[in-house]
Amino acid sequence: MEKTIHLWVGIFVCAGLAAVFVLALKVGNASATYSRGGAYTVTADFDNIGGLKVRAPVKGAGVVIGRVEDIDFETQRYVARVVLKIDKRYPFPKDTSVSILTSGLLGEQYVGLEAGGDSAMLKDGDTIKLTQSAVVLEKMIGQFLYSKAAEGGSK
Amino acid sequence: MLERVLNNLRGIGKSVVNGIWRLGYASAFFLMVLMRSGVSFRRPSLTIREIYTAGVLSLIIIVVSGLFVGMVLALQGYETLQKYGSSEAVGTLVALSLVRELGPVVAALLFASRAGSAMTAEIGLMKATEQISAMEMMAVDPIARVIGPRFWGGVISMPLLAAIFSAVGVFGGYLIAVVLIGVDSGAFWSQMQSAVDFERDIVNGIIKSVVFGIAVTVIALFEGYDAPPTAEGVSGATTRTVVTSSLAILGLDFVLTAFMFRGV
Repeated sequence: MEKTIHLWVGIFVCAGLAAVFVLALKVGNASATYSRGGAYTVTADFDNIGGLKVRAPVKGAGVVIGRVEDIDFETQRYVARVVLKIDKRYPFPKDTSVSILTSGLLGEQYVGLEAGGDSAMLKDGDTIKLTQSAVVLEKMIGQFLYSKAAEGGSK
Repeated sequence: MLERVLNNLRGIGKSVVNGIWRLGYASAFFLMVLMRSGVSFRRPSLTIREIYTAGVLSLIIIVVSGLFVGMVLALQGYETLQKYGSSEAVGTLVALSLVRELGPVVAALLFASRAGSAMTAEIGLMKATEQISAMEMMAVDPIARVIGPRFWGGVISMPLLAAIFSAVGVFGGYLIAVVLIGVDSGAFWSQMQSAVDFERDIVNGIIKSVVFGIAVTVIALFEGYDAPPTAEGVSGATTRTVVTSSLAILGLDFVLTAFMFRGV
């Protein structure tokens, strides 16, 4: 009797731990972050990051290759300093350009990398110079209205 | 007339004082259980037996309700989401609501009515048949020997049950959304994975279920230990266990959610 109880409790505990693992790996994104090879971090300064958040994906050609590690405000030049953590398997040339993009019309924001032609690769701790800020919808609408008004006035 | 009003006022005062007294007694009881729980770990077979009665025997109801809750969530979620043309997000909806809220809360409610009531009835009856007094006579500490293992058994079982509930619920959602309705399986999983964060959602859900486990087992054990040693007393204590622990779960859930997801 005691033996079977122990067996059942063992099965129960295993099932519970297995459920936690399934939740972490299959349902959650614990598996998606940095596989085996480790990662390197690079920083990039943006004039405006829009709605970018920590842990947002970093994508190259649409493939997730890393995550946003940290976002800070830099008071020397008043820009946003974004730290990107990129999987070691994906080296990028030094003249790579980064931009903050939106998936879909109103989707979440992510960081997109576009490789350049330099033969030297980005190292851990490097800074990316070529950056393009997030598109702020309100500004765009404002500009659009302004140009429309100007058009109307010239007629 | 005045007499009746005064009597009513006295009644209110009495129940308030009684309630505060019981709260204090319950807190002292909780501390006592914690301090004397050495036995539960020195003799693990006692605790394992309680994990069996509290956890393993609750497994069937947890698995079945988890499956059905997940399936219903998928059906209802799909109904609304397809109006906005984003039916793939049904995976996100099912997983987030299960992992954050429904898993811990519904599992704890089921646990309170399945295992908590049994604990109260068992201890109340032990007290009514003077088994607890007999133990004290033999210099066996009933809190260390009877209450402690039940407490740890419940506290260990609860997070495991909540995790199983959530996992089975997600599987139920998968069955309905992907197998029955035909949502794309890749989109179902990938949207879920990009939305569910390990620390923010899963770990917080586990913390919630641990807190609920402590609350439910302490309430159940205290009600049993404090029950008047009569048939009526035990039945009243069992009812109170289910009512009080359900309310405690919902109240604690609100407080914990307010701390964990304030939108920052």
